[in-house]
Amino acid sequence: MSSFAHYLDQLFFAVFPFVAMVIFFLVTIQRYRGRTFTFSSLSSQFLENEDHFWGMVPFHFGIIFVLIGHVVAFLLPAQILSWNASPIRLILLELTGMALALFTLVGLLAVIIRRVSSSKVRVVTSPSDWVLYLLLLVQVASGVYVALFHPWGSSWFAAAVVPWLWSLVKLSPNISYIAAMPFAVKLHIVNAFIVIAFFPFTRLVHILVLPNPYPWRKTQVVRWYGIRRTA
Amino acid sequence: MIDVRSQISMVFHLDKCIGCHTCSVACKNVWTDRKGTEYMWWNNVETKPGTGFPTKWEDQDKYRGGWELNSNGDPVLKSTSRARIIANIFHNPHMPSMDDYYEPWTYEYDNLFNAPEGADQPTARPISMVTGEYMDIKAGPNWDDDLGGSKLYAANDPNLEGLTPEQRMQLQAIERLVFFYFPRICNHCLNPACVASCPSGALYKRGEDGIVLVDQKRCRAWRSCISACPYKKVYFNWFTGKSEKCILCFPRLETGQAPACFHSCVGRIRYLGVLLYDASRIEEVAARKDSELIEAHRSMILDPFDPEIMAEAQRSGIHESVIESAQKSPVYKMVKEWKIALPPHIEYRTLPMLFYVPPLSPVMSRKEDGTIDQVSTDLFHSLDDSRVPLAYLAQLFGAGNQAPIRFALEKLKAIRLYRRALTVGDVTEEAAAKLLQRAECSKEEADAIYRLTTLCTFDDRFVIPPMHREEAIEMLQDPQERKQSAGFGFLSGPRRG
Repeated sequence: MSSFAHYLDQLFFAVFPFVAMVIFFLVTIQRYRGRTFTFSSLSSQFLENEDHFWGMVPFHFGIIFVLIGHVVAFLLPAQILSWNASPIRLILLELTGMALALFTLVGLLAVIIRRVSSSKVRVVTSPSDWVLYLLLLVQVASGVYVALFHPWGSSWFAAAVVPWLWSLVKLSPNISYIAAMPFAVKLHIVNAFIVIAFFPFTRLVHILVLPNPYPWRKTQVVRWYGIRRTA
Repeated sequence: MIDVRSQISMVFHLDKCIGCHTCSVACKNVWTDRKGTEYMWWNNVETKPGTGFPTKWEDQDKYRGGWELNSNGDPVLKSTSRARIIANIFHNPHMPSMDDYYEPWTYEYDNLFNAPEGADQPTARPISMVTGEYMDIKAGPNWDDDLGGSKLYAANDPNLEGLTPEQRMQLQAIERLVFFYFPRICNHCLNPACVASCPSGALYKRGEDGIVLVDQKRCRAWRSCISACPYKKVYFNWFTGKSEKCILCFPRLETGQAPACFHSCVGRIRYLGVLLYDASRIEEVAARKDSELIEAHRSMILDPFDPEIMAEAQRSGIHESVIESAQKSPVYKMVKEWKIALPPHIEYRTLPMLFYVPPLSPVMSRKEDGTIDQVSTDLFHSLDDSRVPLAYLAQLFGAGNQAPIRFALEKLKAIRLYRRALTVGDVTEEAAAKLLQRAECSKEEADAIYRLTTLCTFDDRFVIPPMHREEAIEMLQDPQERKQSAGFGFLSGPRRG
C-alpha cells in the first residue's frame, strides 16, 4: 500500500469523522440558540399534494428502518453475528435490508423528481437542498451497490466496521479494519460523515426536533403570562 | 371544582353585514402582505349558500377537521389520533393544498411601461406570486362572491345536505335566489382542535384572554393544525415553513384598540367583549350529544354579576377590572342573556367563541299577490316560509337543530315589529307587545337589543378589558433591564431555514 493511500485513509477514517462530529454539534447548538426559527421540516406538501405521498412516505420509512438497522448492528454486533450464524436467518436479514434499501432509493428518486418537476416546489428549494439531495443519493445508491456486490454486509459490518466505529468513540481510531475495505464501502462511509458535517446547515435539523412530548402531553396547551396558574 | 377563566369573545351580527370585505382588506394590509402569506385571509367574507374558502371547507368527509366521539363517547380528533400521527407525519392525508385555496397572483405591470413599440397595446398578464411565471387565474379568495351570478356555487354548499328538495328549491328558486354574507375569523375556541393536534406544542391558548396563537419558533411544519381546524383558519406559510393564523390583533387589544377587522367594519356588525367561563367543563361539554351542544356550551359561560363567581374569578387571578369589563360585555348580553347569538358549526366540538346573530333578512319582505306581506296574523308560521330556510341556518348555527335559530329569529322579528309600532305605527302596540311576549322578550330587553344593534357606538361594541401585561412583565423581568441601552435588544427576522 502506498503511503499516499495510507495518508488518505488516515484523513478520511481517523481525522474527518471527528471534524464532522465537531461541526455537527457546534453548528447545531449555535443554530438552535441563534436561529431557532429556522428549525422546520419546511414541508412542501401545501404546494404540491399529488406526488408528495409517493416520495415522502417510502423515503422516510425506508431510511428510518435502514438507519435503525445500522444502529442496532453498531450497538449489538455480537448478537447480529450469532443471529447470522444460521444461513437462513442471514439471508432473511440480508433480503430485508436489501428491500428496505431499494424502497428508500425509489422514494428518494421520487422525492428528487418531484422537486425538479414541480415549478412551485422548485421555488422553495435552496442550493443547500440540492447539495443535500446529491449527498443522499450518493449515500443510498452506494448503500444499495454495497448490498448487491459486497454481500453479507450484516455480518462484515458487525465484524469489521463496528470495531472501527467503537475505536472512534473511544477516541483512539484504529483504521486497520477499514483500510482494506472496497472502494464502494469507503465511499459509503466517507459520504455518511459528509452528510453529518453538512447536517446542521440543512433542513435535516427537523430530525432533531421530533415531536416527542406529543404522545403524553395534555390535549390542550395553555400558556400563562406572568404567574403560572394551576391547570 | 369550578375553574374560572376569561375569554375575549366576539359576536358578528349577520343582518348588518353588507359583504364589503373591508374587514378582509384591513387584516390583509396589517398582517398578511408578506411573502408566503399572500393567499391567507385570516379574515374572509363568504357568500352563503356557497362553497367558501378554502373550497368546501365545511365538508369534513374531505378535510377531516374538528372532533368526533369515539366508541367510549370521548371526543377525539377526526384528522389524526396520537397514535396515527407517527404514520401520517410524512404525508398528511387530509391536508388542503394551495389548489383548495388559490394561487396568488399579481400582474406584469412593468410591461405597460417597458413594452417595445408595436402594433398592439401592451397588456399586463397575470403572474404567479409563487413562481413568478405567467399563469391562468382559476380561483380567488372570494371567487363565489355574491355567488358569481351562478347557481353552481350555491349548489355545492356542504350545508345543503340537511335540507329537503323543497327547502333547496326555496333557497335556489330562479330569480329569487337568496344569499347572505358570512364573515369569518379564527373562533379562538375553548377546545381548539389545532392546539390539540400540534405535535410540537407550538399552538397554544393564552391563559389570560383565550387568544389562540402559533409559537413561530416552535412550529416545525408538521401541518397537523391545518387539517385539524374544521374552520380552516390555520394557514400554512409556504415560504417560512410555519403555520400562521388570526392573532385577534393582540398587539392592538393590549393597547386598548379593537382588532383591525372590527375597527374597520363598515356595517358595524362586530362586537367584542370578555366572557367568564368554567374551563373545568371543556371536555365534558365537548362530549355532549349534538342536540345538547349549544345549551351546554352556553351554560359554560358564567354570570359575571354573581358574587360567588366574582370571588372565584379573583381567586383564579382574574383582575377586578377584567370582571368589570365582563359585566359590560356586549357578547355576554347577546349570547347568554338574550340568546340571539349562536356558535358556528358547534357540531365540530371545538367550542368556538365567535358567535353569530343569524340573518333575519330578507324574511320580512315577502311578496304575496303583488303586495308586501309584512304582518301576518300567524307570524311564527311565516318564519318557516322565510327565503333562507331555518333548516339551512340550523346546519350552520344549530348543529342541525332549528329550535335555537327559531328562538333568536322570533325575538329579532318581534323587536322589529315592536319598533315599527313605535315609529311607523302601522302595527298596533298591543300586537307588538303580544309578539314580544311570545318571543320571551321584555320591553326593556327589546329596547336594549334595539340600542345595541342599531345605535351602538364604538365603546358599546368593543368593551376591551385592560390586559395588565405590564404587571405580568414586572413579575418576570426587571423593567429597568433595557435602561440606557439602545433599542430593544436583538431581533432576528423570520428567515427561512
